[in-house]
Amino acid sequence: MAQLKLPVNSRMTEGKTWSAKGAKGEVRNFRVYRWNPDDEANPHVDTYEVDMAECGPMVLDALIKIKNEIDPTLTFRRSCREGICGSCAMNIDGTNTLACTKACGDVDGDVKIYPLPHMPVVKDLVPDLTHFYAQYASIKPWIQTETPAPPDRERLQSPEDQAKINQPSACILCACCSTSCPSYWWNGDRYLGPAVLLQAYRWIVDSRDEATGERLDELEDPFKLYRCHTIMNCTNTCPKGLNPAKAIAEIKKLMVARR
Amino acid sequence: MHTKQRPLSPHLQVYRPQITSAMSICHRISGVALAVGALLLTYWLVAAAAGPEAYAGAQSLLGGFFGKLILFAFTLALFYHLCNGIRHLVWDTGHGFDMPNVYRSGYAVMIAAGVLTVLVWLLALIFGGA
Repeated sequence: MAQLKLPVNSRMTEGKTWSAKGAKGEVRNFRVYRWNPDDEANPHVDTYEVDMAECGPMVLDALIKIKNEIDPTLTFRRSCREGICGSCAMNIDGTNTLACTKACGDVDGDVKIYPLPHMPVVKDLVPDLTHFYAQYASIKPWIQTETPAPPDRERLQSPEDQAKINQPSACILCACCSTSCPSYWWNGDRYLGPAVLLQAYRWIVDSRDEATGERLDELEDPFKLYRCHTIMNCTNTCPKGLNPAKAIAEIKKLMVARR
Repeated sequence: MHTKQRPLSPHLQVYRPQITSAMSICHRISGVALAVGALLLTYWLVAAAAGPEAYAGAQSLLGGFFGKLILFAFTLALFYHLCNGIRHLVWDTGHGFDMPNVYRSGYAVMIAAGVLTVLVWLLALIFGGA
């Protein structure tokens, strides 16, 4: 059953305000979720005033500036800063996206930043993705074959077959879509969620893979696949412009077609 | 190592309401409303079978202001659930998944449900004489 309210230890309080001194340009408020495992306090929301005249354009630029110049205890993941690693996935201005590709200018008013929704928090903006990765491993995201590989070259694929896996292969597993899905919030322990199902689809439709039947068998389950109710939050939030909801619908169609 | 329970990050509290999730939860709420409405319909039929006195009681209950309000909401729930159900059937065929079309079909469902509800009530008021 869906637990709509946050548990007592997870309810947020108002934190402190870090004011910008001697700002040269427009000052914007960044309201950031904070939680420190080393003290006893509940999570709180700190307000950082940032001088935009001396800050890069993206939300990640602001977070790095805050960490470097205002509050070095602020904790978040980041790596590539160009939307290809998926590390800086977080909830910004109410939807999940990558901090490195989200422009501060696209947000009206205060920039509100929370960790990916409905996940255990390790610290500040860092969610625990262990279960998410375990679910990804459960769909066996590698090629499975019976026939021996050609001795002198790779397993070939036509451009048409390649086109089928082009989009799902572009997924960076940032978990924005899965953690935007109310169904994943309420049933994430057993429902695989859009990101993992998009990857399941990627291997199901791969013309070189020979375990399609087993892959579909694995998903024939009231929770793993069928907790998708086509809410569409996933596709709406994907920072890479992919369509997990359509991939899930295609899996459901394959399930019916093979009966 | 700390032994404290990790907090759960906020979800409904911070996620921006949008047409995708809002229409989905309305679909479920209207489905529940239709189930309750079916009980109401059963009550009305049972009253009709039970005799003129019971029927007159049911009629005055449903014909009153609050009765009509509930019937209006029932009609709206019916048409919303019907139209959005058709939207879901189209999705089940694998079509209409790109975001612009999701928004288009969403607005179409809301407009169609409203128009059909008003139309039914206009016809009922004109020809029903209630």
